[in-house]
Amino acid sequence: MLINTKNVSSYWQSLPLTLVLMTFLVFPLFVITVVSFWDYNEYSIIPDFIFDNYEYLLTSKVTWLAYVNTFKYAFLAWLLTLLIGFTVAYFLAFHIKTNGMQTLLFLICTIPFLTSNIIRMISWIPLLGRNGLINSGLQSAGLTDAPLEFLLYSDFAIVLAYVHLYTLFMVVPIFNSMMRIDKSLIEAAIDAGAKPYHILRDVVIPLSKSGIIIGSIFVFTLVMGDFVTVKIMGGGIRANIATLIYNEISLLQYPAAAAGAVVLLFTVILILVILFRLVDIRKEL
Amino acid sequence: MKKRSTGFYLLSLFFAVFVLFLYGPTLTIALLSFQGPGGGLTFPMQGVSLYWFEQLFQKQAVGNFGDAIVRSFTLGLSVMVTTVVVSFLAGLAFRKRFAGSSFLFYLTLTSLIIPSILVSLGIGLMFDRMDWESNWYSSGFGAHLTWTLPFGLLIMFAVFNRFNPSYETASADLGASHWQTFKYVLLPLLAPSLIGVGLFGFTLSWDEFARTLMTSGSFNTLPLELFAMTTNVTTPVLYALGTLTTVTSFSLIIITLCILRWTRRSYSNKA
Repeated sequence: MLINTKNVSSYWQSLPLTLVLMTFLVFPLFVITVVSFWDYNEYSIIPDFIFDNYEYLLTSKVTWLAYVNTFKYAFLAWLLTLLIGFTVAYFLAFHIKTNGMQTLLFLICTIPFLTSNIIRMISWIPLLGRNGLINSGLQSAGLTDAPLEFLLYSDFAIVLAYVHLYTLFMVVPIFNSMMRIDKSLIEAAIDAGAKPYHILRDVVIPLSKSGIIIGSIFVFTLVMGDFVTVKIMGGGIRANIATLIYNEISLLQYPAAAAGAVVLLFTVILILVILFRLVDIRKEL
Repeated sequence: MKKRSTGFYLLSLFFAVFVLFLYGPTLTIALLSFQGPGGGLTFPMQGVSLYWFEQLFQKQAVGNFGDAIVRSFTLGLSVMVTTVVVSFLAGLAFRKRFAGSSFLFYLTLTSLIIPSILVSLGIGLMFDRMDWESNWYSSGFGAHLTWTLPFGLLIMFAVFNRFNPSYETASADLGASHWQTFKYVLLPLLAPSLIGVGLFGFTLSWDEFARTLMTSGSFNTLPLELFAMTTNVTTPVLYALGTLTTVTSFSLIIITLCILRWTRRSYSNKA
């Protein structure tokens, strides 16, 4: 009896969330899937059931190059954010002794995440540009004769921006799992004669595994679906999958964009299925 | 206490460089936005003035930021209120098991990690096919909720996982009704977290770009205006707008933190 009445309240309490997600997530995805089989010309999109969009997409060299690029960006961003994020989290969790200091430093890392990504990308222009701080610094130091062109509007700039924007998504979950590690385990390892490197490899890393995986899920999916960073930091000449979709949207080729979106979605889901097998998210909150 | 090791100093240095990396660029444009009228996009600074901030509020060819700011602010407030109410209710629901709870949980996670361009394209196409007019307050509002609600729900999970239910049991034992327990025990205890969820929702919405792109209709929100400017504005007015929005986000975060500290302290005083 008691359980029943409580269940009833759970249903109406979860109803608003369910309705919002059904209306603005599930149904739109359904529309994308349907439209990806439609035909189109320069003026309009035409209801149909054809596989042309997919055929064109999957046989186009541009698509495959964009996928290679996307995976390259995702891998580099993942590796760098993991190394930096892990080090920062390790420092905060094991080297900062007082709670107040820990909270303060953690907040310092978190706050930039709440400011605009676009502005954080624009901010690199005065540093990386042809006449930017780095180039003029290098030139006046006599290290280079001409401005380095690869700094801005390049793969380098794109990966740099990803690291700048997304390292936080590694720091937070890894820090969270490190804070749950019982410090006496590390004392025990020291007493048993383990070297710092062994403690890291055999105690800290295995016990922060879930944090590492949650961080990886975030970084991977954010980079896979990103087009703003590639547009701004790549200067319009670099392309990944989402920029292809974005370009098709600008040309009003919605069915082609929809087919690209469906394929991208399946790619992301595939990666997620693998990563989710490794972790139980609800236990980690 | 043990003496600090070399490892500590190396890691401190690493952390300091990381913080410089996080904040350095933003501080650079903040500095450059205070240039005189002859200023450009890079150093050296050309004089010091508030010229570019005044330019922001003049009507000009590139766009009208005043309206965009008002739109983003209104949208942020509505998203904030909705996020608090919906994720609080859902958080309550998830304290018990119910049929479909794990489906709803994974759906919420999907909403968080799905590429934003898919949400944008999907909602845009849906409104187009249904012959509804896309607007920042209809389709844009929904698109923002798909981004803020998952964060709200995850925060509520974290809050309820740490919440001690014996307060509620005690209240019920003393003869309080469900509603009284909710109003006098649960709500005051959770108020700081709810304020946190709200302001988090506001800042997420205030800065949201990708999901707004195809869903805002004919009028731009602030991030869309900014994106348009990156391609056609070559004066520090771009930096001035950047500085202004960053200051807005920062003040909100600081206010939230102060509120959280203050409520926590007043509770411990009462206890």
